[in-house]
Amino acid sequence: MAEIRNYTINFGPQHPSAHGVLRLVLELDGEVVERADPHIGLLHRGTEKLAETRTWVQSVPYMDRLDYVSMMCNEHAYCMAIERLLGVQVPERAQYIRVMFDEITRILNHLLNIGTHALDIGAMTMVLYTFREREDLMDAYEAVSGARMHAAYYRPGGVYRDLPDRMPKYEVNKFKNEKTVRELNAAREGSLLDFLEDFTSRFPTYCDEYETLLTDNRIWKQRTVGIGVVSPEQALAWGFTGPMLRGSGIAWDLRKKQPYEVYDRMDFDIPIGKNGDCYDRYLCRMEEMRQSNRIVRQCIDWLRKNPGPVITDNHKVAPPSREDMKSNMEELIHHFKLFTEGIHVPKGEVYAAVEHPKGEFGVYAVSDGANKPYRLKLRAPGFAHLAAMDDIARGHMIADVVAIIGTMDVVFGEIDR
Amino acid sequence: MSAKLERLSQNLRDVFGETLQSLVLDCGEVTIEVAASDYLRVARTLRDHEDLHFEQLIDISGLDFSAYGNASWTGKRFASSAHLTSIRHNWRLRLRAFAEDEAFPVLDSVVEIWPSANWFERESFDLYGIMYAGHPDLRRILTDYGFVGHPFRKDFPVSGYVEMRYDPEQGRVVYQPVTIEPRENTPRIVREENYGDVGHG
Repeated sequence: MAEIRNYTINFGPQHPSAHGVLRLVLELDGEVVERADPHIGLLHRGTEKLAETRTWVQSVPYMDRLDYVSMMCNEHAYCMAIERLLGVQVPERAQYIRVMFDEITRILNHLLNIGTHALDIGAMTMVLYTFREREDLMDAYEAVSGARMHAAYYRPGGVYRDLPDRMPKYEVNKFKNEKTVRELNAAREGSLLDFLEDFTSRFPTYCDEYETLLTDNRIWKQRTVGIGVVSPEQALAWGFTGPMLRGSGIAWDLRKKQPYEVYDRMDFDIPIGKNGDCYDRYLCRMEEMRQSNRIVRQCIDWLRKNPGPVITDNHKVAPPSREDMKSNMEELIHHFKLFTEGIHVPKGEVYAAVEHPKGEFGVYAVSDGANKPYRLKLRAPGFAHLAAMDDIARGHMIADVVAIIGTMDVVFGEIDR
Repeated sequence: MSAKLERLSQNLRDVFGETLQSLVLDCGEVTIEVAASDYLRVARTLRDHEDLHFEQLIDISGLDFSAYGNASWTGKRFASSAHLTSIRHNWRLRLRAFAEDEAFPVLDSVVEIWPSANWFERESFDLYGIMYAGHPDLRRILTDYGFVGHPFRKDFPVSGYVEMRYDPEQGRVVYQPVTIEPRENTPRIVREENYGDVGHG
């Protein structure tokens, strides 16, 4: 009789559906996974250690680079941690802007997730559609911050500047003629809020398009229904949060349960799944995008009616305006101190968590009263999700591992930090 | 919210009594500290007791206090902070234990109570060198294969000790001592308390 041995293969780190730099050591019995051992850390940059050597504000751009598909949500948690330690109040308008951009970010993240997940398991077209909408939302990022992805827009005490009155426009070049450019710029003639309002009115139709492509698609269902089933008890034990927890039927969302900023004034629903498989989690994400769209609309209405300051007037935390700085000695000193020494954050420790598109993103900050953090621990939702890889993937076929990685929504910027 | 935190604090005092070394309520968060010997028992009670019911472990973070406040720290050096969430009661808690021995810090592992602790403890071991007794698979997780040292300790330089490059002569990747000078653009300054009265002015 021939000797039968298990087969060990390396999945990644250069595999296109490993979503970055995941190295997964799979022990296979035929095509069935016996053991999955994820090796992470190939993108470890030591963000937490680097933050200890920089002033509090200097680390804001690092936060963008953690989860590089939901940039502003990371900044949000970090700024909230600093604000809690300082005891600073954020102006109401800034809170609405933050909520609006958090939800835009959620749509951005889920679009990428659904598009690439479908791409991984064989539905090539999806990604083309979802990236079309991502383009519009990244233009909104660009309009407020000047950067399409790494915005550094949220600052301790508010946001960097108010919403702009103009949108960046396309220009004629050798690939786009005048007629195309005119069509592309049609929605960009007004302010950022006009542009977003136009987007929110278009977006539900787009969601219907995605659902036509996937929800009843036989191949999509064969690849996702009953794959990667997580029971509610397991989801809690493994520390799952976000759609991974809600897909298993637990109605837990920090926006509702522990509301921060102005989420308690928003009207929205929390979708939950029933079976805890990849398909239910996909349906949750789909519905979350529609709900985010609703929240964005409510924020647009409020922001139109209520002008006001967008960053705290406490100049020990936020810089004074250029005009004040040039006419007032005290503001000049504030400006100088802020940009040379930085904010001094009182002694203490705080854990600030936001409902990030992937789950609970938390920032645990310890301060000893210096101008730099003493310790900064970033709690990445994907880290806990990937830790359960071995238990979820065991017993599945090797092709299902790809579906499970896709549904976990792993991004190595945040897992490896 | 504060009434809820009061209730949580009261429940904690009722259940643990003298076991708690400290209970701090600050910035809307409750922190308890326990001795390393009580850590595992307290963790189990926190999960199972009806009035506490922390079914989810959100995070474990290693801490090195050796440089705290211009090295004025007199307590023990290494600690582990766990963040817990109760879905049923909708409250949070920070549980901290200091490791007794500085040279060989050991704490009990809580993997059997909350399986999510597995990777968080591996990370804390990797970065701070805290040993978790009873952990089933305490390997390095974030650093390179064959890495030496624990990089997040305060006495480990930011630039590290070794650097890696491709050597065209040997035709392979080699490790060598770092050639860059560490530099600090903004010095770290700890001022007296309430300096500038941030947040109140």
